[in-house]
Amino acid sequence: MEVERRSLREKQLAARDMLRGDLEGEDLERYVEERVVTTTFEKVQNWARANSIFPLTFGLACCAIEAPISIVTARYDLARFGAEALRASPRQADLIILSGRVSIKMAPVVRRLYDQMLEPKWVMAMGACSSSAGMFSNYAVVQGADKFMPVDIYVPGCPPRPEAVLYGFTKLQRKIMGNPDQSWRRRYNAYGTEEWARGGPRSEPSPEAAKAYAEAKRSVENLREETGEPSLA
Amino acid sequence: MTEQVVDRDREIMTVNVGPHHPATHGVLRLVVDLEGEMVRELRPVIGYVHTGIEKSCESQSYWKVIPFVERMDYVSYFFQMEAFCGAVERLVDLEIPPRAKYLRTIFLELNRIHSHLVWLGTTALDLGAISMLWYCFRERDKILDLFEMATGQRMHTRYFQVGGVIEDIPLGFEAKCRAFAEEMPIRVGQYEDLLDRNEVFLSRTKGVGIVPRERLLELGVTGPLLRAAGEPWDLRKATPYLAYPEVEFKIPVGTVGDNYDRYRVRVAEMVESSRIVAQCLDALPDGPHIADDRKYVLPPRSELSTSMESLIHHFKLVTEGFRVEPGEVYYAIENPRGELGCFVVADGSAKPARVHYRDPSFVNLQAFRDMAVGTYVADMIASLGMLDPILGGVDR
Amino acid sequence: MPDAPGLELIRGEIERDCPGAVLATSFDRNQAALIVDPARNLDVLRWLKEQPGQRYTFLSSLHAADYLPAQPRFAVHYELINRDRVERIRVKAMLDERRPAGPVSDTSPAPTGAGPASSPPAGGELPEIDSCVELFPTAEAQEREVFDFFGIVFRGHPNLTRILMPDDYVGWPQRRDFPIGGEPVTFTYSEARYD
Repeated sequence: MEVERRSLREKQLAARDMLRGDLEGEDLERYVEERVVTTTFEKVQNWARANSIFPLTFGLACCAIEAPISIVTARYDLARFGAEALRASPRQADLIILSGRVSIKMAPVVRRLYDQMLEPKWVMAMGACSSSAGMFSNYAVVQGADKFMPVDIYVPGCPPRPEAVLYGFTKLQRKIMGNPDQSWRRRYNAYGTEEWARGGPRSEPSPEAAKAYAEAKRSVENLREETGEPSLA
Repeated sequence: MTEQVVDRDREIMTVNVGPHHPATHGVLRLVVDLEGEMVRELRPVIGYVHTGIEKSCESQSYWKVIPFVERMDYVSYFFQMEAFCGAVERLVDLEIPPRAKYLRTIFLELNRIHSHLVWLGTTALDLGAISMLWYCFRERDKILDLFEMATGQRMHTRYFQVGGVIEDIPLGFEAKCRAFAEEMPIRVGQYEDLLDRNEVFLSRTKGVGIVPRERLLELGVTGPLLRAAGEPWDLRKATPYLAYPEVEFKIPVGTVGDNYDRYRVRVAEMVESSRIVAQCLDALPDGPHIADDRKYVLPPRSELSTSMESLIHHFKLVTEGFRVEPGEVYYAIENPRGELGCFVVADGSAKPARVHYRDPSFVNLQAFRDMAVGTYVADMIASLGMLDPILGGVDR
Repeated sequence: MPDAPGLELIRGEIERDCPGAVLATSFDRNQAALIVDPARNLDVLRWLKEQPGQRYTFLSSLHAADYLPAQPRFAVHYELINRDRVERIRVKAMLDERRPAGPVSDTSPAPTGAGPASSPPAGGELPEIDSCVELFPTAEAQEREVFDFFGIVFRGHPNLTRILMPDDYVGWPQRRDFPIGGEPVTFTYSEARYD
């Protein structure tokens, strides 16, 4: 519902009256309405999960110097996203950042760590090597971590800048909150190019994915109507 | 494995430390036999980040090998580039111009400071002095700003090429670098203030992890570990290369060889490296930043539209690369961790036939058993930090 | 680095003490190398280490190279340093593929039971050479690496198992005839269904 904005002075006086117990009637109702939000339990849960992720202190190779070591330092502060508490034990962690190349000797270890993590858990494939083996197309590196474990978000780079990792982190937060960023499909108005829309490998999206997708598409179109931006088609 | 003998007086428990453990520097797995808190036997298991870089290099032309070998020891990446470019320059008998020598030295010493800062931050973090991480990485970000200014990338810059460096330094780099080199000794003084009189740090490092000098030499250990035990062996002074003959610097050498000496040697090396950087900036000669021999070095882009020969050279170098007469060369430089040697075999084609790196962390890791057996588990962690292994170099 | 005449002098002195051990010398690009008979590599290394005038006491690196298609195929390189005079010398032992070097001894290293290709099979299927671990303890991990990547067996090594590859890996990766591996990158034009 629409609430007209009041000046700071008015709000201060209302707060003072409330503390004294002097607010009555319509003023009291309005005061309460301004402080109550209704939502679904899921949304609150997702909001809480997204803003207090516990990453696992897991570093494999070069990307480990940028994350998780460099993003917790003062310049690129991970604490402002609520993820300062890096846990060493996989049982206590939510997010595993695959920072570095996954060699064939290490792959079962990583899979075991992933299995030891408790739901809900997310995986960020950081860097080119864990996304797709990077430049190492050879016998010793698993060609992409998604060969043996599900990955939620891929951050390209060799190594990606800490800002890139943090950007990936914010996208992961949006994904957790149920509002995934369709990125280039939104920018170039390319809805309809997904694999499932063209009859690709898994021809139907999962119900949650379909719902999130429809919501994202609708919100983009609403935004375009409101601001009067021409659609890019 | 020898047969298990049941000994009723001692109780040995075998514990697996790693490959995922908050205190290991990289994916190192230690199989430790513990009797109570004392370490009785230690077996490192490595190979968890083996990337097959040496094999990959055999299928790339010489200049494409440079980004591959950078990623071995991922904290001191300029040194790997220098080892490879130096080896190839010796194979083709190419002389690099003086400006390139000085520029390479500047970047190598900045990388040495960077490596020691990462070491100090993470080792102090392991020992419990957690705030050191933030201070060390603040300086490290300044160094990475310098790298980004000159090369465009923070890490893995592929800045050194066969014949020199790929680009000259931009305007403003000298001033910024000089400011950094002047500020660095003050910061190092601040780190020492934090740690040098810290009771916990001193009692955890003094007298711990002593390995006698002869044993270290037998094990092939080089670098700050050897220098802390009293042996003044540094390849920058023993077999000078690049601009090191012309700059004046000292080599810190320890006395006892315990963890505290290793810490002091590396911290003093940071100060010496800032002095080298300042001297190189003062003495930086003018001239080309890369050699002129078009058979091995790309011509400048401005010439490509006017000179036919430059175009042909450019085409040949980019598509096939330069060929090297058959031969083999072993070229060694001083890494922050010890002697980094690069062995290149050329077979007459445009791709190297064998590239092998003698990585110092791989050889130094053999000393870890001597350092940790007979001490407590906590001392083992402290010794591991002071050993400064980088598993990318160990596993390659 | 001993220069070319110095290298010949060294060869002459080794001939006096260990006749027939050094097959050739090579002075290429300012680096001195002695090419030795693989059955006598320990004699040469010991001579270089202990001879009063030589004293190359520091083994800087032990590595191998595969010179396929040239024969003999493998070469084990020992890079030695004399730290007092700061001189480097290289000792190179060339090995053939399936013929073990020197007399085949009965003492093969005890199997660790970790897998078929982890410890070397007895019987001389792989090229063999004597291990120099007693002379230079630093060679322990480096010889394991050479075994892991080339399949060259070092007789007398205390624990000759794979070090960088997984224990049950089959094959010797850094040999020239071992495929590089990996998988081909799929581009849009190479995928039929994206037409």
